Amino acid sequence: MNPYKFFEKPESLKITLIVLFSFLTVVTILDLIVPKKAEYGFEEFPSFFSVYGFVACVVLVLAAKYILRPIVKRKEDYYDN
Amino acid sequence: MTISFIPPFLIFLIGSFFALFLRGKVLKWWIIIVPAVALFNAFILPKGFVYNIHFIGLDLAPVRIDQLSYVFGLIFCIISLLNSIYAYGLDDYRHHVAALLTEAAALGVVFAGDYFSLFFFWEIKALSTSYLVAIGGREDSLKASFRYLLMHVTGGVFLLGGILLHFHQTGSIAFNYLGLTNLASLLILIGFGINAVFPLLHTWLPDAYPQASYAGTVVLSAFTTKSAVYTLARAFPGTEILIIAGVIMTAFPIFFAVIENDMRKVLSYSLINQVGFMVTGIGIGTELSLNGTVAHAFAHILYKALLFMSMGAVLKQTGKIKATELGGLFRTMPWTLTFCIVGAASISGVPLTSGFVSKSMIVAASAHQGLTIAWFLLLFASAGVFHHSGIKIPFFAFFSHDSGLRPKEAPFHMLLAMGIAAFLCIAIGVYPWALYSILPYPVHYIPYAPNHVMEMVELLGFSALAFTLLMLSGIYPPEMRAINLDFDWFYRRGLQLFMYIDRKVLVEFEDRIVNTAYEWLFLNPMMAFAKFFKGVDTYVVDGTVNGSARSTYSVSKTLRKLQTGNLQDYMILFVIGILILACVIILLRGGI
Repeated sequence: MNPYKFFEKPESLKITLIVLFSFLTVVTILDLIVPKKAEYGFEEFPSFFSVYGFVACVVLVLAAKYILRPIVKRKEDYYDN
Repeated sequence: MTISFIPPFLIFLIGSFFALFLRGKVLKWWIIIVPAVALFNAFILPKGFVYNIHFIGLDLAPVRIDQLSYVFGLIFCIISLLNSIYAYGLDDYRHHVAALLTEAAALGVVFAGDYFSLFFFWEIKALSTSYLVAIGGREDSLKASFRYLLMHVTGGVFLLGGILLHFHQTGSIAFNYLGLTNLASLLILIGFGINAVFPLLHTWLPDAYPQASYAGTVVLSAFTTKSAVYTLARAFPGTEILIIAGVIMTAFPIFFAVIENDMRKVLSYSLINQVGFMVTGIGIGTELSLNGTVAHAFAHILYKALLFMSMGAVLKQTGKIKATELGGLFRTMPWTLTFCIVGAASISGVPLTSGFVSKSMIVAASAHQGLTIAWFLLLFASAGVFHHSGIKIPFFAFFSHDSGLRPKEAPFHMLLAMGIAAFLCIAIGVYPWALYSILPYPVHYIPYAPNHVMEMVELLGFSALAFTLLMLSGIYPPEMRAINLDFDWFYRRGLQLFMYIDRKVLVEFEDRIVNTAYEWLFLNPMMAFAKFFKGVDTYVVDGTVNGSARSTYSVSKTLRKLQTGNLQDYMILFVIGILILACVIILLRGGI
């Protein structure tokens, strides 16, 4: 009834990771096959969007964690005082 | 001219009025019947219709239905119906009245053909939405609603100032293309911009939205910013500064969303990010980008409401909304989770969902116009929104660590509302031409070109990889019980500074100098004057009155002794009196 019961199992993480990695491998191979119709030249590099997406997210998380959070984090009752 | 339809806002206005007096089951059906009638009415609205009236010397057009206003009117009616179904279980009649009034005002705004009608509905919307926040029942609801109202009233003042100046300069109050040309249009732009969460004017949104009730936030998410997007698309298409504002809006909130603990606040930040795409599209101002903006607003209203509904269901069923307190809900709330995932996929722009077919138009338009920096930032924001709304929301609420909470699945009516929204998200994604056919301009864009699909799949797939690797390595910032300051720190601390100066300087000055001067110049002379008249009153007026009273009293005391109350005494007195009288007459006459 509940398809998410799968995640109760201890091996679910491993299976999820295998699915994700194989999906990304297929995407990377497809990238070489699908013809490109780019506005900009650099879009035609192999896996340009993959690299950009990955780097963007890592930069986003690191900047949020190490730059933004130390500046803006306060106790939950900060404004009450 | 005969009218074969009802002005959309009128249906909700009447609905809201009667909701004031209805209670119980009747009210619950009433709030569903009203938007259902409005939705039916929306399908028969004639496009290219303007209703003009002449009122207090102004040429008003309270109803103007064209291609642009029609799309917004239609989606507002659809989402109103879903809101009502979602809120069916809510027993608070105040919510239903305010929700219907908000819907009336939002429809009034999008169909207003002149600034007078626009401003009228604009202010009603500010009041009704801040009321929705106020009755939210969260810890900070009341205060947040005051802050919200302050911002919106300020925006209203800018708007009114701009309108008056514009009217003075042009003699017209017709609401059409304006463009940023002079002070009047700048004021109007700021007025709209506060509602459209321009950067630095955005703080009211993540401040207030998480403070509304589980159903209230869904109402807020659909109407406030999107009616501002409509007014910007009407008055300021192709205004370059909107590209800058929009791109900043897409980029900066995602940083806040990554470290935010309150799930509805995460969604609030991603709302700003999504409105950023729309504002960018308006700024670019080509047919493709404007189509993209309108399509994205349409799609966004559905998936954003869906996401807020799913988090509202979590809040209602568990009483908790912070990521630190949630987790592991997939066991007991699978349907809510499924619909949440559909909403998360749509906002991320996964192919075959609504976000993909609408957002990619705006990104493509920025590339067509050679806006390279904007294009890079929009892609960055697309990857980032997947991160916090696409993964973080479902992951931290339903998976992550097991919070031990085992709430019941959300009630049927809530699942129904979420299910319809999820269905529409996928339907638009699978068959986008239904949406494309009602956009303001003819659409030549092909969303499912192989290279488009590949771009998006690569971008999102490897964002997911980044999330997974950061999570597994423990670098991903842990959820913390904390708040994160935003730009409103400057308003709030600024106001506190103002109040401090007020208390320490102005109040002291008033106490020491103004009050003393007042005392010497006015109070003391007045007291003396009053004292003099009191004396006059006591000794002269009262003396006279008291004196006469005293003599009357002694006379009557004497008289009272004379009166014994016996009839024979009176008879004797009467006889004596007659005898005396007779004697006096005889004496005076000088004898008989």
